[in-house]
Amino acid sequence: MKNIFKITGLLVAAVIVYTVQVNAQVQKAKGGVFALTNANIQTVTNGVINNGTIVLSGGKITEIGTNVTVPQGATTIDCKGLWIYPGMIDGGTRTGLLEFGQVDQASDEQDAGQIIPQMRALSAVNPNTPIIPVTRVSGVTTVIVYPAGGLIPGTASLMNLHGYVPDQMFAGFDGIVVNFPNTGRRGFNDRRTEDDLKKAAEKSLTTLSDTWDKAVQYHKIDSATKGKNSEYYPELQALMPAVRGQVPLMIEANAAKDILGALKWVKEKKVKKVILTGVAEGWRVADEIAKANIPVVTGPVLALPSRDYDRYDKAYANAGLMKKAGVKVALRTTDTENVRNLLYNAGFAAAYGLGKEEALKSVTITSAEIFGVSDKLGSLEKGKNATLFVCDGDPFETKTQVKHVFIDGYQMPMNTRQTDLYEEFLKRDPGVSKY
Amino acid sequence: MKKILILVLVIAISVRVQAQIEKGSVLIKNGTVLTVTKGTLENTDVLVTNGKIAQIGKNIAAPAGTKVIDATGMHVMPGIIDAHSHAGLSAINEGTNAITPEVFTGDVVNPFDVGIYRALAGGVTVSHALHGSANSIGGESETLKHRYGTTDPEQMKMEGAPRTIKFALGENPTNHGRRNNEQPSSRMGVEFVIRKAFNEGKEYMQAWDKYNKDKAVKGFRGAPPAYSKRLETMADIIKGNIIVHCHSYRADEINMVLKVCKDFGVKKIVFQHTNEGFKVAPELAAYGAMASVFADWWAYKLEVYYSTAYNAAILTRNGVVTTINSDSGELIRHLYHEAAKTQKYGGLSDDEALSLITINSAKQLGVDNRIGSLEVGKDGDVAIFKGHPLSVYGIPMITIVDGVVRFDREKDADDIRVYVDPKASIDVPVFMEAGHTHDACMQGAEENFQSLFGTNK
Repeated sequence: MKNIFKITGLLVAAVIVYTVQVNAQVQKAKGGVFALTNANIQTVTNGVINNGTIVLSGGKITEIGTNVTVPQGATTIDCKGLWIYPGMIDGGTRTGLLEFGQVDQASDEQDAGQIIPQMRALSAVNPNTPIIPVTRVSGVTTVIVYPAGGLIPGTASLMNLHGYVPDQMFAGFDGIVVNFPNTGRRGFNDRRTEDDLKKAAEKSLTTLSDTWDKAVQYHKIDSATKGKNSEYYPELQALMPAVRGQVPLMIEANAAKDILGALKWVKEKKVKKVILTGVAEGWRVADEIAKANIPVVTGPVLALPSRDYDRYDKAYANAGLMKKAGVKVALRTTDTENVRNLLYNAGFAAAYGLGKEEALKSVTITSAEIFGVSDKLGSLEKGKNATLFVCDGDPFETKTQVKHVFIDGYQMPMNTRQTDLYEEFLKRDPGVSKY
Repeated sequence: MKKILILVLVIAISVRVQAQIEKGSVLIKNGTVLTVTKGTLENTDVLVTNGKIAQIGKNIAAPAGTKVIDATGMHVMPGIIDAHSHAGLSAINEGTNAITPEVFTGDVVNPFDVGIYRALAGGVTVSHALHGSANSIGGESETLKHRYGTTDPEQMKMEGAPRTIKFALGENPTNHGRRNNEQPSSRMGVEFVIRKAFNEGKEYMQAWDKYNKDKAVKGFRGAPPAYSKRLETMADIIKGNIIVHCHSYRADEINMVLKVCKDFGVKKIVFQHTNEGFKVAPELAAYGAMASVFADWWAYKLEVYYSTAYNAAILTRNGVVTTINSDSGELIRHLYHEAAKTQKYGGLSDDEALSLITINSAKQLGVDNRIGSLEVGKDGDVAIFKGHPLSVYGIPMITIVDGVVRFDREKDADDIRVYVDPKASIDVPVFMEAGHTHDACMQGAEENFQSLFGTNK
């Protein structure tokens, strides 16, 4: 009997040792109270604080400034010579919806149907995709994930790039995606005649308008019956918050003609809250967008001009040209696995007319304002979410290294599958021969 | 009289056909000269005379009639070379057979492709216009000099550049094979069809060698072997007359091709894309094989899912001659930025990072005696930047090919059409849908699938 105890004890010990060894290799996010000291703090909204300290506690920034007492028990990270920036926000990605391209089973970007606003991108996000760590160690902490497809392909959400279930990732914003009928070509292989393109766009616009009119009707019935209108109508139920101005329409329009078409449609339909997305040819109609006072999420900046004869750098310059005309502009990559390049998109926009200061805003506070979360994200201020990163220089500069990333007060592990591969293969052992 | 007229016409036409490649002279004053191979020289002038770099030094006086560019405060670097591009081609994939070494992208050069101009606007002076990757052995490929403005396809070609040929492994050729229910439909099949082609090429070579030997003997009666351009090209690869550029992603298939090359004595091999090259970097280095990669592209298909942006750094540190390429009409415009990413992912030095888009690309195309660095005697291919080319804020300002300014940002027009044709029906903008088929190598082949099988996957 005693022996059995002994053996059991040994087994337990072995299991514990094994577990500890395994745990030693696994890095996970770390919560707690943190003090980031001696840093250059780019607050975005209140200038730069030199040699400052930020205290993170309970997921919030509880202290920020030069005269800050570090709470007892806080994990202190000396940031001498380093910079702290608010987490960067990408205004349009497919991150988490698509694991890799060219295999249908690896993609949940789009569902069947032209009008399906009830489809929620966030519910199909894989919180554990290796793409998420690869992205967030760049300093991009928060992204819009949006569905692709038909006229109204579903609902987009803002999400933080940390959490084990989508609810933990949700960053407080939903928007209903509308792909405004496109009079341009879908790609260089789109060989439809101009007439066909026009007809297809007109037909789509009629469908869109009819849908909206129905949603308005639905809202009226719903209001009149004080919500007791029990008929199940998922599409219109999903659209109703947009009719009521509780949720914006995120209207994707890229050709100048379509942007104008969207502005006209929004005015006619008296849509209360609108964000224009894409807006590749925004520079062509920037004054009209500014006049309509509708904010824009544009990108990628690193893109070709939409017409062969346009100046080669028009996509680089687009954000700057719109900003100059008075449009409120945020950036997006429209990417999935390389959302980390948001910072470089901002860098190019800065170099080609937007300027560094505005470029920084276009991936932080302006995005937060457009998505209605500027009380939580987009700048470093007391009371805002502890979502930020520490780096060794200008974060848009290509060679700048990100040292630490915090999301909602959790310290992110800085290793990713890509850095793990680097560690393993930089000096492979064995090399060419085993002995 | 009529005959004389015709004669004059014929002479005129032939003179036109043999028109000399345009070469220029230019003095670039007082820039920070990034020679790449010989360090960085502050406040230095670069003199290009008749298309060649004649002098690099301080206070060079401008020869009479030479255009002078003031590069004060600017960076002057060798023209960027893209080792993997499809710009300037009107066709990319033949793909009607697993093996088509008989075709040549040099036959389909389109000097009017605006993609060439956009590449110039990114400081790129030379690109490797590769055949696509729809089949295991594609076609021979042309090295283009970006003499945008010429209307003659011949003048776009880099005279004297060695022959190159495209091979392709993995998903692209096997997808193609599966669709057509033919080999290769797996990576096993890829190895087989390549080995088969080499074996047939070898037999062909031996048959001709024997014939040529026998022919010299008096009284020889016999017919020569049947001519085959396909096998002739395979034989030329074995003889070392053609550099193989092999589209590849996974480590296993890279290793496989190294073994095939060894078996047939093929030494000149450059792997293209090479996303998993980092896993077999010691093998690549030991063989002397080179690698051309993306800076950070991954996950656009299964075979690039296990990639790392540290690939170029790992390859470089293991002694593999490595380049960063574009394979994209968009990326080709900012290869300098792509190269800079190796400083973030792996901490390469400025010269190491710049080598990835200049001298190393020249080595991979076999033209490093001509281009890829700023050295006296090399071609006058120069890119001038406001700011540093490895800075995200660096802007290419002037691009020079053979001493001729082919791009000048200050003179660049908003509407680059030479004239606007009122009847033209081209004013329909094109928007690329946010997609994940980054790999431009399948262009053409995809369209064929669509028309043949009603699919675009």
